[in-house]
Amino acid sequence: MKIARKKKLKENVAKLFMWCAMFVVFGLVISVIWTIFSKGCKAMSWNMVSKLPGGGFYIGKEGGFLNAIVGSLYIVGASTVLGLLVSIPVVFFLNIYLKKGSKLAYLARLAFDVLFGVPSIVYGAFGFTIMIYFGLRTSLLGGIIVITLLIIPIFIRTMDEATRNFPRDILDASFSLGATRWETLKVVLRQIAPGIATATLLSVGRAIGDAASVMFTAGYTDSIPTSLSQPAATLPLAVFFQLSSPIPEVVDRAYAAALVLTIIVLLLSISGRFITNRFSKNKV
Amino acid sequence: MSIEIKKLNVYIKDNHIVRNVNIVLPEKQITCIIGPSGCGKTTLLKTINRLIDSVEGVKIEGNVFVDGQDIINSGTEITELRRKIGLVSQRPCPLPMSIFDNVAYGCRINKMFKKRRQLIYHVQKNLKAVGLLEEVKGRIRTPAARLSIGQQQRLCLARSLAVQPEYILADEATSALDPISAKTVEDLFVKMKENYSIIMVTHTLHQALRIADNVVFMYLGEVIESGPAERVFHHPQHELTQKYLAGAFS
Repeated sequence: MKIARKKKLKENVAKLFMWCAMFVVFGLVISVIWTIFSKGCKAMSWNMVSKLPGGGFYIGKEGGFLNAIVGSLYIVGASTVLGLLVSIPVVFFLNIYLKKGSKLAYLARLAFDVLFGVPSIVYGAFGFTIMIYFGLRTSLLGGIIVITLLIIPIFIRTMDEATRNFPRDILDASFSLGATRWETLKVVLRQIAPGIATATLLSVGRAIGDAASVMFTAGYTDSIPTSLSQPAATLPLAVFFQLSSPIPEVVDRAYAAALVLTIIVLLLSISGRFITNRFSKNKV
Repeated sequence: MSIEIKKLNVYIKDNHIVRNVNIVLPEKQITCIIGPSGCGKTTLLKTINRLIDSVEGVKIEGNVFVDGQDIINSGTEITELRRKIGLVSQRPCPLPMSIFDNVAYGCRINKMFKKRRQLIYHVQKNLKAVGLLEEVKGRIRTPAARLSIGQQQRLCLARSLAVQPEYILADEATSALDPISAKTVEDLFVKMKENYSIIMVTHTLHQALRIADNVVFMYLGEVIESGPAERVFHHPQHELTQKYLAGAFS
C-alpha cells in the first residue's frame, strides 16, 4: 500500500514537472509573439510593406521597408534552391551509394557536424574574406553564397537523419526490379519528402533571420537590387539598424519589420506542416 | 533455363557464410531452401540476384550460372539480371507511392511500354494475376501503404511479375502474414510455377512439405542434402536432415 502511494506520488511529481515545462515553453512562444505583435502593429501600415524608404525614413519620415522584405526573399529563395541542389546529392551519396559503416561517410558526417555548429558570424567573416580575395563588393550574390553555406549543413544534417533510417527493404525492392541507384533516387525522395520539408523549413527559418552573415556580404541599401552585383537589404538588418535609433518612431518600425519577419516564418511553418502532411501520404 | 551453383563461397567480413555450395535449381518448379536460422539461406538467395553486393565487406567465390551465364565472374549487367530474377521479401515492402505506381514502377524504369494505355492494361493484368484487382478497384491511385499486410505482399508479388521475370526468389514470403493471407500467397506460388522457376527460403517445414518440388537443406552455410522433395522429406539420407525434420533443432 505504502509502495503504491509512493509510486503515485512520483508519477504526479513527474507529471507536474512536465506540465510546468510545457507551460514555460508555451508562455515563451506566446510572449514573443505578443511582444512583436503589440509593438509592431503600432507602426505597421500598408506603406511600410509596400514602399521603399523615402528621404528621412530613418529619422521617422515617410517610406517603408519593402527593400528589406524583397532582399530577404531574394536571398532566402535563391540560397534555399542552391542549398537543396547541393544537399540532396550529398545525402543521397552518403546513404545510398556508400555502404553502411563507410569511413568516408563517417568523416563527412563529422565535418557536417562541425559546420553545423559554426556560428553565422564566422560564415560572414569567411564570406567577407573570399569576397575581398575576388575583389567583390557587398552584393546580393555575396549574401546568397554565404547564406547557402550557412544552411547547407542544416539541410544535410536534417535530411541525413531522415534518410539514415530509410528502410533497406525499399532499396532492395527497387534494385530487384532492375533499377539503378540513380533511378532509385525517385523512390528515396518520395520516402524522405517529409524530411526534406522539415529541413527546408529549418533552413529557411535560419536563413531569413540571420543578421550576422549578411551584414558584411549582402550589405544594406534603400533600393531593391536589380542585379546580383548590387547590395541587398535584409529584414534582420532592418530590425538591427532601426532598433538602435534614438527616435521612438524608428524603433517602432524596427518592431514592424520584426513583425513581418515573424509572420513570414509563421506562414512558412504552417505551410511547411501542410506540405509535410501532403508528402507523407505515400510514406511506408 | 535453370540456375546452377558451383563451388559457391560467400564471406561477409571474416565470416564464412555460404560454404562450398553445389546445387542445380530446376526450372518451372518450386525449390524450397530450408534450414535453421542463420544457416545462410538468405545470403545464398541474395547472391543469386547479386543483392548481396550492397553488403559491406562481402566476398564471393565460385560460380552461379543463370541461363548458362556466370553472373559472378563475367561482366554481367546487374540491372538486367535483377529484372530477370524477381524478389519477394520477408516483410511486404511497398514503394512509397500509389498501388498503380508500385506495379508500374518496374515497367517504367525498364521502359517496357511506349503507350500509357499498354501500361495501364499491364498493371491491371498483374494485379489480377495476384487476385488484387477486384479488391483495390476504385482506389488504385491511393497509397499502397494503406493496404493490409497480406494485400501488400500480393502487391509486391504483382510488382515483381510486372517486369516479366523468369525466376522468382521468395525470402520467407509468407512468414509475416496472417494464416489466411499466407495461404493465398502460397497458392499463388503453386499456380505461378507453370510459368516461373521459384526459389523459396522457408522456415516452415509444413509449407515446404505442401508446395516444394525440390528441397535444399542447409546447415551452418553448407548444403547438407538436396533433391526432389519426396525423397528428402520421406527418405532423408543424411543424419542431420533426419534430425532437422524430426524437429531436434530449428
